[in-house]
Amino acid sequence: MSISLAIFLVFVAFTLGITYWASKRSRGAGAYFAAGRRITAWQNGFAVAGDFMSAASFLGVVGLIALQGFDAFLYSVGGFIAFIAILLLVAEPLRNSGKYTVGDVLAYRLRPRPVRALAALTTLTIVLFYMVAQMVGAGALVTLLFSGSGISYNAAVTGVGILMILYVVFGGMLATTWVQIIKAMLLSACTLGLTLLLLGRFHFHVGEFFSAVSRIVYHRNGELIVSDFLRPGLRYKPPYGPLDLVSLAFIFAFGTAGLPHILVKFYTVPDGKTARQSVVWAMVLIGSFYVMTSALGLGAATVVGPDYILTHGGTNMGGPLLAQALGGDVLLAMVSAVAFATILAVVAGLTISASTSFAHDFWMNVVHHGVERHPDESVLVARITALAVGAVSIVAAIVLGPGSNAGILATFGMATAASANFPVLILSIYWRRFNTAGAVTGLSVGLLATLFVLVAGPNFMGIDPPNTANGMRHLIQANPWFPLENVGIVSVPLGFLAAWTGTLLGKDPGAEAKFNELMVRANTGLEAEKAT
Amino acid sequence: MNASEERTALHESGGTEWDRIATSQQFQDLLALKKVFIIPAFIFFCVYYFLLPVLVGFAPKLMSARVIGTVNLAYLFALSQFVVGWTIAWLYLKAAAKFDVLTREILARVGVRQGGE
Repeated sequence: MSISLAIFLVFVAFTLGITYWASKRSRGAGAYFAAGRRITAWQNGFAVAGDFMSAASFLGVVGLIALQGFDAFLYSVGGFIAFIAILLLVAEPLRNSGKYTVGDVLAYRLRPRPVRALAALTTLTIVLFYMVAQMVGAGALVTLLFSGSGISYNAAVTGVGILMILYVVFGGMLATTWVQIIKAMLLSACTLGLTLLLLGRFHFHVGEFFSAVSRIVYHRNGELIVSDFLRPGLRYKPPYGPLDLVSLAFIFAFGTAGLPHILVKFYTVPDGKTARQSVVWAMVLIGSFYVMTSALGLGAATVVGPDYILTHGGTNMGGPLLAQALGGDVLLAMVSAVAFATILAVVAGLTISASTSFAHDFWMNVVHHGVERHPDESVLVARITALAVGAVSIVAAIVLGPGSNAGILATFGMATAASANFPVLILSIYWRRFNTAGAVTGLSVGLLATLFVLVAGPNFMGIDPPNTANGMRHLIQANPWFPLENVGIVSVPLGFLAAWTGTLLGKDPGAEAKFNELMVRANTGLEAEKAT
Repeated sequence: MNASEERTALHESGGTEWDRIATSQQFQDLLALKKVFIIPAFIFFCVYYFLLPVLVGFAPKLMSARVIGTVNLAYLFALSQFVVGWTIAWLYLKAAAKFDVLTREILARVGVRQGGE
């Protein structure tokens, strides 16, 4: 346990040093919100990867694959492939035509106040979902690792929260970026090391490994069964399972391209070309990470076994338990420290995107009509927001406690991004006729549809047998109105439909007139924000 | 009109100057070149990606067929998504180098140099 704490403390000391350096360097809004736009392609690629590869993908997905096999791997495939949409459709136009937030691109030719207010609202909603997922991951880790060391769940959550506030309040985007770069390096190295150790256990014979994966013995509903964990259908079963899978694909294919904490990273590079190259860097890192985590998940099922995982910390512990089985307590300690670093880097990224959106979109442009009353007001507001976001997350994580799956919570955030942000962002960049009414209906219907279908589905509604444990009970004891766990197949088309209908009903000649300007800027980088 | 005068005009005449660039032959060529790559690539990505959950969900028997040892079609198809993703990214980088050439020409005409080039 002390090794884990030592590695983690080194990481913390190092990142606080970076924060100090960044706080000395950064002056003004461009530096605080966008790291002076001087991050290079590889640096931003690592930072995006560090921002994206969350506790949900490391702890959540490895654990889910360890318990449910191949079906859970589809989360990873989706998480990776979504960067194609960012690369082809979003990164360059966003960098070329915006300043700090997604709201900037929307406000470019639409009426700024309503679209910025709604963009800030969807951003905060997405960030909240994600933040809870990360905090729950941190909590689950503590429950397993530090149970003997006197560090409680509450203390650990508070610690993570305070660190994240320090990074963001004092170091802004520059410190956040470097924390993410270092974390991405640590996580990639750790995953690679674990994968090699795992394959070593099977004498580096891939056939031997997969042959073990094809005969996993475990208990299901009290019965001892043998399953091939590469076989589809262990998680998503008929009648609704197949449709649920397609629905999940909707969320992933389009959701990542609407995630505010990912999109803001493209403002930190000098130009559109660098933004493009950084997406490709991120794709290389994230792709290889996910391929390896699929092996780790299957490895955890083989080496550790689903039964052991379920009785020793549950879903999120698949990866750490595999590390323990492969390399003893030392490796477990290292992996846990890296998982903690992962959580810190992601929550810092979430916090800065939330505070940027609140300060820049809502405070400066909605409340004060874009007029800064004294210099650096927006930075001050962002710092206060970061403090508030941090405090709220600490309290929320403590109130909710450990228990829910980090991977599933994060997909809720992704669903909102896919259904509200993505349609409106794409239509705003590519459809000449698109207007304010379309953005307003798209954002609000996308957001409400996601939440409504989610609450009406089996995640919230269900009739539990009388002996179900308290924490496992559905919130609403009734048959679900909507049969699928994943809402994308309904909410994404609804988001697009609402944006389209709103556009046809609304009149906004200004928006259409400014389309040429947006198009030229988005495609050429003419008059784009410069590095400072 | 020399380059710097043209740049001033861009600021002063607002929308009109943007419209002039937007309707210029060079800019239209750039858009056409982008469309030729981006639209097919995006459609291909969508079809190829959505095939995975559709086949896994609706043809689980087919996808459970073992291809190499105990490794089945489903897992290989899922892994191929990564290869396809990386390939699209690589092809896009190559195509985008051509976009950059055209973009530089357009910017040179408006008298603005792209940063770092």
